[in-house]
Parts: sequence; structure tokens; C-alpha cells
Amino acid sequence: MIHSLFLINSSGDIFLEKHWKSVVSRSVCDYFFEAQERATEAENVPPVIPTPHHYLLNVYRHKIFFVAVIQTEVPPLFVIEFLHRVVDTFQDYFGVCSEVVIKDNVVVVYEVLEEMLDNGFPLATESNILKELIKPPTILRTVVNTITGSTNVGDQLPTGQLSVVPWRRTGVKYTNNEAYFDVIEEIDAIIDKSGSTITAEIQGVIDACVKLTGMPDLTLSFMNPRLLDDVSFHPCVRFKRWESERILSFIPPDGNFRLLSYHVSAQNLVAIPVYVKHNISFRDSSSLGRFEITVGPKQTMGKTVEGVMVTSQMPKGVLNMSLTPSQGMHTFDPVTKLLSWDVGKINPQKLPNLKGTMSLQAGTSKPDENPTINLQFKIQQLAISGLKVNRLDMYGEKYKPFKGIKYMTKAGKFQVRT
Amino acid sequence: MSASPAYSEEKGGSSSLGEPEYGHDPASGGIFSSDYKRHDDLKEMLDSNKDSLKLEAMKRIVAMIARGKNASDLFPAVVKNVACKNIEVKKLVYVYLVRYAEEQQDLALLSISTFQRGLKDPNQLIRASALRVLSSIRVPIIVPIMMLAIKEAASDMSPYVRKTAAHAIPKLYSLDSDQKDQLIEVIEKLLADKTTLVAGSVVMAFEEVCPERIDLIHKNYRKLCNLLIDVEEWGQVVIINMLTRYARTQFLSPNQNESLLEENPEKAFYGSDEEDSKDDKLDAASLVKRKPYVMDPDHRLLLRNTKPLLQSRNAAVVMAVAQLYFHLAPKAEVGVIAKALVRLLRSHSEVQWVVLQNVATMSIKRRGMFEPYLKSFYIRSTDPTQIKILKLEVLTNLANETNISTILREFQTYIRSMDKDFVAATIQAIGRCATNIGKVRDTCLNGLVQLLSNRDELVVAESVVVIKKLLQMQPSQHSEIIKHMAKLTDNIQVPMARASILWLIGEYCEHVPKIAPDVLRKMSKSFTGEEDIVKLQVINLAAKLYLTNSKQSKLLTQYVLNLAKYDQNYDIRDRARFIRQLIVPTEKSGALNKYAKKLFLAQKPAPILESSFKDRDHFQLGSLSHLLNAKAVGYQELPDWPDEAPDPSVRNVEVPEWTKCTSREKRKEKVEKPFYSDSEGESGPTESADSDPESVSETESESGSSSSSSESGSDSGSRGEESGDQSEEEEEKKKKKKKKGKEGPRKACPESAGSDPSEEEEEQEQGKKGKKKKPQDEGKGASESSWEEGSVSESSSSKSDSGSEAEESQSEPESRRRTTVRGQPPSSKPAPKASRKETKEISLLDLDDFTPAPPQPASSPAIVSTSLVTDLEGLTLTNASLAPTMLSPVFSTVKTYELLHRMAGEGLSVEYYFNRQPFPPDPHMVAVQIQFSNNTESEVKNLRVSEPKLVSGMRIQEFQEIESLAPGDTASVIMGIDFCDSTQAANFQLCTHSRQFYVSIQPPVGELMAPVFMSENEFKKEQGKLTGMSEITEKLTLPDKCQSDHTIVQRVTAAANVSRVPCGADNEYRFAAKTVTSGSLILITLERKEGARAHLTVNSEKMVIGTMLVQDISQALAQ
Repeated sequence: MIHSLFLINSSGDIFLEKHWKSVVSRSVCDYFFEAQERATEAENVPPVIPTPHHYLLNVYRHKIFFVAVIQTEVPPLFVIEFLHRVVDTFQDYFGVCSEVVIKDNVVVVYEVLEEMLDNGFPLATESNILKELIKPPTILRTVVNTITGSTNVGDQLPTGQLSVVPWRRTGVKYTNNEAYFDVIEEIDAIIDKSGSTITAEIQGVIDACVKLTGMPDLTLSFMNPRLLDDVSFHPCVRFKRWESERILSFIPPDGNFRLLSYHVSAQNLVAIPVYVKHNISFRDSSSLGRFEITVGPKQTMGKTVEGVMVTSQMPKGVLNMSLTPSQGMHTFDPVTKLLSWDVGKINPQKLPNLKGTMSLQAGTSKPDENPTINLQFKIQQLAISGLKVNRLDMYGEKYKPFKGIKYMTKAGKFQVRT
Repeated sequence: MSASPAYSEEKGGSSSLGEPEYGHDPASGGIFSSDYKRHDDLKEMLDSNKDSLKLEAMKRIVAMIARGKNASDLFPAVVKNVACKNIEVKKLVYVYLVRYAEEQQDLALLSISTFQRGLKDPNQLIRASALRVLSSIRVPIIVPIMMLAIKEAASDMSPYVRKTAAHAIPKLYSLDSDQKDQLIEVIEKLLADKTTLVAGSVVMAFEEVCPERIDLIHKNYRKLCNLLIDVEEWGQVVIINMLTRYARTQFLSPNQNESLLEENPEKAFYGSDEEDSKDDKLDAASLVKRKPYVMDPDHRLLLRNTKPLLQSRNAAVVMAVAQLYFHLAPKAEVGVIAKALVRLLRSHSEVQWVVLQNVATMSIKRRGMFEPYLKSFYIRSTDPTQIKILKLEVLTNLANETNISTILREFQTYIRSMDKDFVAATIQAIGRCATNIGKVRDTCLNGLVQLLSNRDELVVAESVVVIKKLLQMQPSQHSEIIKHMAKLTDNIQVPMARASILWLIGEYCEHVPKIAPDVLRKMSKSFTGEEDIVKLQVINLAAKLYLTNSKQSKLLTQYVLNLAKYDQNYDIRDRARFIRQLIVPTEKSGALNKYAKKLFLAQKPAPILESSFKDRDHFQLGSLSHLLNAKAVGYQELPDWPDEAPDPSVRNVEVPEWTKCTSREKRKEKVEKPFYSDSEGESGPTESADSDPESVSETESESGSSSSSSESGSDSGSRGEESGDQSEEEEEKKKKKKKKGKEGPRKACPESAGSDPSEEEEEQEQGKKGKKKKPQDEGKGASESSWEEGSVSESSSSKSDSGSEAEESQSEPESRRRTTVRGQPPSSKPAPKASRKETKEISLLDLDDFTPAPPQPASSPAIVSTSLVTDLEGLTLTNASLAPTMLSPVFSTVKTYELLHRMAGEGLSVEYYFNRQPFPPDPHMVAVQIQFSNNTESEVKNLRVSEPKLVSGMRIQEFQEIESLAPGDTASVIMGIDFCDSTQAANFQLCTHSRQFYVSIQPPVGELMAPVFMSENEFKKEQGKLTGMSEITEKLTLPDKCQSDHTIVQRVTAAANVSRVPCGADNEYRFAAKTVTSGSLILITLERKEGARAHLTVNSEKMVIGTMLVQDISQALAQ
């Protein structure tokens, strides 16, 4: 399946290569560079590039291209999903996934990659299993290893590999037993000129951080499980139980994991928590344009909207902008034409407002399109879909865990057309 | 290879990379700086006695390998350490060996004995890794050794080692394909393996070595289907893809009836949206004519067992299931995948890209599937261009008469985008919409013409090209547009656009007789400077003008042809020569000249603008070949359905005596068995045996908590296989689960007689599990009872000892009711209730004396507030055990709906109505009374429900099978449906002994609720909580005949299953209910204002239900 993997940084250096079958010359990457050149932007590089003898499948994350070389028919998503899993694993191991970190930990990276694939077929991709096979480097462990001569490599088969709960390590011990769940919802929306919603969807996830001793068996129930009509689960969730009772029943992996992600589709009514009033106008004759936007809260269930950030890609003709915000900071980059305004909290009594003029290139006619406004915001303690966790119970262990649930609503891809 | 080139290469590369691994190494400082000795220090370190030095050296070597530097000259030094005690050194040596053994085969042989020793190690990890490295080093000499090792490992007791063996098979095969036969034997053996760990890997090996040996799968088919959900995600993908192919060879097409109906496939393609809606009817109609298609149970098994995987977090798994459904499922069921695919669109952009390509292909074949998700494909300005273009493709495919206006409005926004490639694609898309949907052709054309004045040349050029194609369909009406375009030749520089304009003018020169010669004049002036494609069109234009208007253009044409004669491009020279011969009459060119006009001015068919994704579905979806639209190396064709189904018995597996009943025949029998009858625990041995594997599979998924060793994992897998069909109807399963606790231990005794000890042991273990589960359930029951109404009865029945009793008592009233109801005429009132409930009713009736025709109030423990309880204390209502959960209102008019018309049902007609009774087996279900009447000449037997196709979350409690229905007879049964508080229809099949009918029940919103009794204060309090978004108000005017209290109340209660709430004010009416499934309150207030005006307010946290209810009620009142 996956023949080789090349890691390429943004300047086009191949800084790591790994082969699971016979070696494929790195010159194969020339086809990739060609495609990259053609695409002009990194995000437009086609994920699948056919070459005379190989196929290059790549993903772009953290400013690194992960290019997998394959030779025969394989479901492309299989490879792409695996590459993303590799990135997630690196992130899990080293905290961040960047060129520098990978270079610093090149041996660990290599060992991990070796375990993840055998002959190009995924072998161990659960990070809990991998961490038992190859322990993540920490300063303490490095010191201990140099003194005692012990290693980072486990010599026993991780128990998870064989059990029916491969995602969980055995012998987990904590002094403070805690389980935290974050319900995070992102609103994807397109709002049209007049302020009406063209499409709005909610993408929710429940991220969990479970640090519980032993083999706890948890059940999580919701006040209104009907909201979740389209869900995907971590493999630990017992699907049948969900089907019949709408209860999440699972033995959690140790540490951080995504329990569930769900989608409340465009067909349902989605409350939009903010509105944007805008007045952006270019005039054909003059080289000055007017610009004014106001952001205000709407349907926030009494919660404060914070972390508001407005960005907008201005048309090429805009040379500069002179704006005054009523609060927050704003910047305009005359090269990339990107306007960003860090608003902060919205005070419903005094709505944040950004107002001023744009100077346009003299002589050119006015742009066809007004810029779209991208919005980011956060609302704490609110799940906009109305999802509520009812209770969390633990079975299988005797102690009483500390439980916590947090709700948050964020803007996902939130766009206002002007 | 010498060290020096390696080093210099390394140095060259390292400047940009930094060398962290050298930086902190003291040994690499000044001492060994000499080029030649660079690797000597590593060799020295490797030769030392200290593990730490060896480790350091190996790390540095691996770092070199990772960066693509050559480290092959270190081979002898490294290979010596293959037997090193330090496990990390050993692992790194393995990494090195796998990388370089191919280049240094002789030296690599030195390490073989170590691996052979490793293969015998007691530690399974070491055995596995020895096999892994041995099979990875690609040295042909050791093929026999590898073969032997694989064979041995294939029967290793550790499943992990067996998995490694499965991985080794394709490695050996790629090294020496002569071993194929022997390897197939190993594959065959491993395919029979019962652990989930091995399944994925061995199917992978099967796919690489012998994908054509589909016969190997037969015996393992059911096992694979059943294990699938527990296989690791990557294995799932491979297995699902393989099973798709398998199913295509073994089963009949589930859509064969439809495909026979479609006489013209081309026509069906565009008309498919209408067809989809008629699907069910067509199905029924075609079934009448043809031999009924019955889906092979194994086919169904596959569909059923893969469906839950749509919920996987792994996009590849979701895609695999989606393609399986697309290729294998009956048309009506394919829809389920749309939601999951749309969900994937939120993922990383690469995933989006792949998914969109597949959606594009699917949306051509099955447009209806994605129509509800149209808005999910709307484009954001931040999407990468390649995603935008794919989304556009999907939007275009989804366009039809109903949604075209929204889509075009959306396209208008896109046209103004700054991303010009995307704008060009949008214009193309508009063109395609215009050709496909005649209604909007003129609108589109006008829009495109407006774009001709756009400032951006690319936009204009693209529009010209598209307009040209559109005009070709009806040129006569659009001479204005052609004139307008003729003017554009002055400005437009894009060759394709210029060529298009010239062609248009030439083609329709009779519509623009004045302009055409002038255009030719201009073009001949600039002829030499034009692109080739434009020149060709100039020649064409000249030729056509010469034929139609030779007076004005004769000289011009000759001039152009002369210019072309000396052109650099031979195509143009050829064309000029050919045209000259054709149009200019000379002595020699006699025959053809006459026909020149016919040749040039023939009617040309309008081009069909079609998607580039059309017909891509002959490639298996989700595959690389589909993505590239070209066959990739190693792609296995997706075979066509066979005309005759191959023998299904090949999949039968020899099973021990006591599990026989799970084979096909028995399974059928079980379906036919009355639903409640299996609740008795004291049934015969077959009964207990067949429920047994199910409970095993249950424990497998349920009780991961119990510390299960690898053995138990594998055993439960095998049981799954033996059971053949572990996924029974949900309902039945639930029952079993409740009984599990008591069944486990009991079963151990009868079976120990016939089965081998290991099974017995497992049996006991399972019993333990069952027991273990019990306290949990109890605990849960206790905790739940406080907050989840209705769960009380459930949890009590799950207590092992009281289980059967509880069930009996549960089924008792049900069966009693059924007997009373059966045989009643359809128009009659709902059946009287059990006597103890009746007494209750009376006492409540007294209380509710102010409503003339009282919709009877209901009470439920969760909603009856304490205040109410105290209110009613005098009526001894506090006795909780007596309180019925709901009471049904009595109605004079019950609305009946048709489920199956007499004609469609071949004489069997079925009607249903909502009897508004509580459904005791499950309080979350809506009771539906179904009335069968047999209008045929013969007896109808075995009336039952099968294969419900439900929206997720929806559940059906089937009615008991009606064994026979004599001609002219009627029968009535009750079934329960949990609609999940939505008005989505519940689709299922109604089966008789000979036929099956697709039917669906769609509830009016008013039936999704059950009345609740409340006091006025209580109502106000609850209403106070449900304000804001949960409140929906509408103003309405009451018609004359609907002014009296009585009619108003009656109409409201007829529209919805609600009960009246007392109210102090006399111009106000209040009603309360709660939804059946989730129990959320619905409060209705109707306030009469002066005149005939009134305000209707509905408070409910279910906004959708609220909105629909307001509509329904105001409609009912307005009548």
C-alpha cells in the first residue's frame, strides 16, 4: 500500500524520508514540486498526483507536506486519513508538529513510523498503543535513560493490541481521578448582504480528557439526544447502546481523545448569535471608499460574545485604509490586502464599530465584488444547538471521580457577504 | 561505496537542515572531523562494549537514513549488533537492516540465524518482530526460510504473530511470485481465523496475492460480516472493499426490477428525480408483473452490518461503506450514506477533495440523495479553488426545476468572486444548468450576455464560449446577441472566445447579413497576427460567407485564402486548399462543388454540456482509479451483477449440532415466530441455543469492561460466526439483553453435555459476565428513575430474577388488547381499556368537569408536579402503582390513513389510524392501529412487518404476525413506532406469505404527543420557562362556525393529541401535551380577542414541532 513517505517543508526541502518497501528515489518528488508550482498556493496542490510509475498522495499540515508514494490501487482516503493520523500522532507525542520538532526527534519519529506501518499497511495507529511501544521523549526520561541505560522502547507487546479495548492501556493509575468533557460547537454559516442566513450548520465535538484509574466504564447521557442525528464516534463508544437507548457507553482511552463529533445540518434551525452591519461602498469616480462595520450580539441566550475577530480580504484595488475602531485593534496589510480587527468582547450597550475610508488606486474602476467578512468569536458556557449533557456515571471502579463539563460555542467558517 | 561521497552529500544537505544530533554529541567534535574517518567513529562506537555508545551510534545512523543520506558502508559494523541485548539498539538495527539488506544481500545473511532464533522466543512481540524483519529484508535467497517461518507463524497461538504472518504474505509474494500456491494455502488458513486482529491483515494479503480466488471467501463471508464492526479501522476499509466485489459476483441486483422498467437508460438519467419519488409505487407495480425479487439474506446481512460504520470517525471507513451502499444497496436505501458523506465535508481539505469527487459521481446517478443537503455544498470565499470547483460541479448536478432559482442566485454571487478560475467554472456551470433545464435557458442566457460587458477578459471569454453553445440550441431568436458579440471581436483577445464568435457569425450569417462581411473584413486585416484556432475560424467564416453572400465577400475570401496558403501552420494551409477547391467553382472540381452549401451550412446538432463525472461510476467509487478516471495498477474491476444468482449454499458453514438453528432456514422460522413468545425463558433447547450467540455478541460489545483476555476475544469472534446472524431485530435483542443475566448460568448445564470443555468454560465466563452486568443495571435503574420517566419499568425488568415476570406482565395487557381490537370495524372507537384503567379514568373525569367533550387528561410521574399530586390527593391518585402513564381521549371521528391501497396490494387493503392509546411495551412509541382487510378470493397468510428502513433513531415495535386472514375478513393490530419526535415517515415492508409491499407511515405532528394533565399554575410556570425561541405565536381569524367553546376544543384536540388545561379566563383555552419520545412539553394557548380574531401560541423546546403544530391547529380551526 503505502510505499514511502517524504516530508517536505515549505521551501521545498525533503527533510525526512521513510520507506516501507524497496527504496523509491526521492527524485519522484520532482513531480510533486511541479504540481506545487502550478498550483501557486499550497492549499491548491491536488492531493493526488499521478506520475508515470507512482502516485503521490499528499496532505498539507503545519506548513509541511506529507507526501506518500504508492504504486498500486488503494482507496485514496485510506492514505490521506492515515497521513493525517501520522500528523496527529506527532502532535500527540511532541506537543506540536513542526519541522524543527521532527528534526529534533528524528529517531523517535522514525521508530514511530516503523511501528505504524508494516509493509505499507497500518499496524498500530492508536496513540495509546504506540506510546507503550515507544515512549514519548521527556526531559526526565532522557536523563533517567542516560544514567540507567534503559530505553524508550517497550519490550512487551502492549496489552491493548490484543484486548477488545485496544485504545486503553492497562494498569493506569491516578491519584486524582478526573474526567472532563468539553462540548464545543462551531457554527458554519454564510450570511448574505441583507443579513439573512443562506446556510448555517453546527459542527459539534465532545472532546474528553479522562484520567481515571483502572478500567472505568462510563455512560454519558444527554437531555436531548435527538439533536444528534448525525454523529461519528470514537471506536470506544458502544454503537448498539446508542442506537437503542441514545446513551454513550464506553471504556475511555487514557488521556485526551475526541469522544464524538456531530453535525446539526442546515435543515434544522440554527440560531445565529451575532450579526454584522456593514456599509462598504466604492465609488466609480472617486479614489476613496467608505467602510463601516458594526458587530452586535443576537440570540446569545444571555451569554457574552468574546474573542471576536473580524478579517476581510480586501480587493486588489485598495491601497490603504484609514479606520478608527471604537474598541480593539485593527491592522491592514497593504501587501496581502488583509484587514483584521481584533474586537474582543462585545458590549451590548456599546456595540463595537470600525469606521473610516479606503483609498483606492487612482484610475482603476471599482472592484466587482465587495469583500466578504470572516468572523470569529467564542461564547463560553453555551452550546448553541441546545445540547445538554444530562449525567455521567461510572461503573466498574469503586472510587468517585471528579467530573466536569464545559460548553463552548465558536464560529467555524462564518462568512458575511457584503 | 566509499565514505567520501556520502559525507559530502551529507554536508551539502545539512547546511539547511541543522544537525541537532551532532550538536550534543561530544565524540563528533574536533576529534573525528576528518572526512574519511567520519564513519570510523560510528564503527568504533558500534564495536564498543557499552550499549549506550552503540545506541548513540545507531541513533545517528538512523538519523542519516531518515534524511536520505547513504549509510550503506556501515553495514558490516551494524549487522554485528543484530543480537544486541538492548532492545532499542536492536530495533534500530532492524530499521537499518530493512533499509540496506537489499543492497548487501550476502552480509544480510549473517543476521538470519538471529531472526530464526527470535521466531522461537517465548515473547510474542519478539517472535512477531523477528518475522517482520525477516520478511522485510527482501533477500531472494531466504525465500524458503521465509515461507517456512510464515507457515509456522500462521498457526502461532498469539493472534498478533498470526497478524504479522498475514502481513508477511504479500512481502514474500512480491519477492517471489512462484510461491503463490503455497501462499494461497496460508491465506486460506488465516481467512478461517476467528480473531478480529487477523481479519483485516489477511484480507489485505488476499487482495494483493489472489484477488481472483473469490471462492476462498464463501465460507468466511458471514464471519467477516459479523466481525466487521470490531475489526480495526484500516482492516475495515479493506474488508468492505473486498466484500463489495464479492457481493457483486454472488448476489442479484436489488434494483433489477427498476432497471427493467427503464426502457431508455439515457432518459432515466435526467428523469430520475421524478422516478425516485415514485420509487415505492413503481416497486409495487413492477413486482406484480415480474417474479418478485427477494434479497439474499447474506446480501442483507452485509448491508446491515456495514451501516453502523457510517458513524466511524475514520473518513476512509465511511467512504468505503458509502461506496458499498452505492454499488450494492437497493435504490431506496442508498440515501442513508448522503448524511455521512456530507459530514465528511467538514474534514481536512484533502478529505473534502476526495469526498467531493465521489459525491459528484454519485449525484449524477442519484440526484435525489443529496438534494436535501444542497446548502452544504455552497461555496465560501475561503475555500481552496479546487474545492470550489468540485462543489460547483455537485451543485450543477443537483440542479433541477425546483431548486434552480436558488442555485442561480447563489451562482450570481460566485460570478463576482475575485478568484477568476472559479468564475470561469461558474459560467460553465450556468451553461450546463441552462442546457439541462429548459425553463431557465433564457434567464441564463440574458445573465451571460450581461457578463459580456464585464471588465475581466477571462470572464467575457468564458461567457462567449458558453453562449455560443447555448445559442446553437435556438439561434433564430437571438440575432441581437450575435450582433452584440460581433462587436466584441474588437476587444476580446482570448483566442478561444474569438474563435467562438467567428464560428457563431459564420454559422448564423443569414441572421446578421450586414455585419458578417464587415467582421470578415476586419479579421482579414489582422489575420496574420491571430492564433491558429482563430485563423481556422476566419477561413470557415469566409467560406460560409462566400456561399451565402458571394457578392460582398468574394474578394475578401480570396484574400484570406491567399494569406492562409502561405501560413506557417500546415493545418491552416491544408484547410485553405481544401476550402478553395470546395467552394470556388473550377472545371476540375465538379461533383463536390454542388454540395458545398450543404456541407458547410448543414444543421449542426447542439452540443450536450455534460459533467466530466458522467459514467465515472463504472470504477468502484472511493478508489484511486475512480479519482483519476483511469485504471490504476492493480485495480480490480467491479464485476456486473450476475443474471442468475450463484448457489447461496456455498456460504453455509459446518456448525456444531446445537447452533444449527442459526442457519438460514431456522432464521426464517424465527422471524415468523410471534414476537412476544420468545419471552418465556423455559423454552426448548433450540431456543436457548439460538439466543445464546447473540448474547455473546452482546457481551462482546457491551462488556468490554470485564477483563477479557485475548482468548475470550477470539472465542466471541468465533461465536459470532457460528451464529451466522448475530444482528437480529433490535427489539428482540433488547429483550434478550434483559434476560441475559439469568440466561447465562442456566445455559451452561444443557450444553455441557454435548459441547467440548472449552466452550463450557466460556459459557460460564459468560454467565459471570451476565452477573456482573446485573448490579450495574440495578444501579443505573435506580439512578435513572429520578430523571428519566419510563425507564423505571425497564430497569426493573432487567433485574435478573424478576425479569420474566416483568415481561409477562408487560405482554399481558398488550395481548389482551389485541384480542379485543381484532375484528372490529375500522370506524369504531378505540378499544376499551383494561378495567383497572377505566376506574382511573372515571375519577379523573370527575375532576375535569368543565370541559364539555373532554380530551382526557393524562398524568405521568415525571410531569405531574407535586402541587398537582397534592391537589389530587383526595382522589387517591398518589398511589403511584395505579397511575397510568397516559390516558386516551375519546373521539367521535378518527382520521384513517391508507397504508396500502386495494389495487396496489392485490386485493389486500390496509389502513391505519393513530388510536392515541399509550403503547405499553414502550412508552416512547406512538401506537398505530392497523386494519387489514382481505378482498381477495384466497387466504392471506403470514402477514408481518419486515425490514424496516428507518431514519436513525427511529424504532418499530412490530405487531404480532397474523397467521392467516380469510377472504373478506378484516383484522386489526397495533404496532408501536418511535418517531423520534419527527414527522419523518417510517418505511417498512409488509409481507404476506407470497408478497411484500413497501409501505410507509407518516405521522401528523399532532400524533407525536400524548396528553398531559396540568394545573393552571403548573401550566403558567412551565410556560414561563419556554419563552423566547421556544415560543411561536400566530394570529388567526376564527370562522363563524368555529366560535363556540365546544367546537374550538374539539378541533384542537382533533388536530393534536393534547389535553385541556383548566383556565380562569373564559376567552382563553389551554392545552398541554408532551412529545412521546423525548417527553418535552408542548403547551398550547389559544386566546380569543374581540371579533373573530384569536392568538395561537405554542410553547415547546422542540421548535420544529411547535411550528408545525401551529400550522396544523390554525388550519384545523380555519376549516
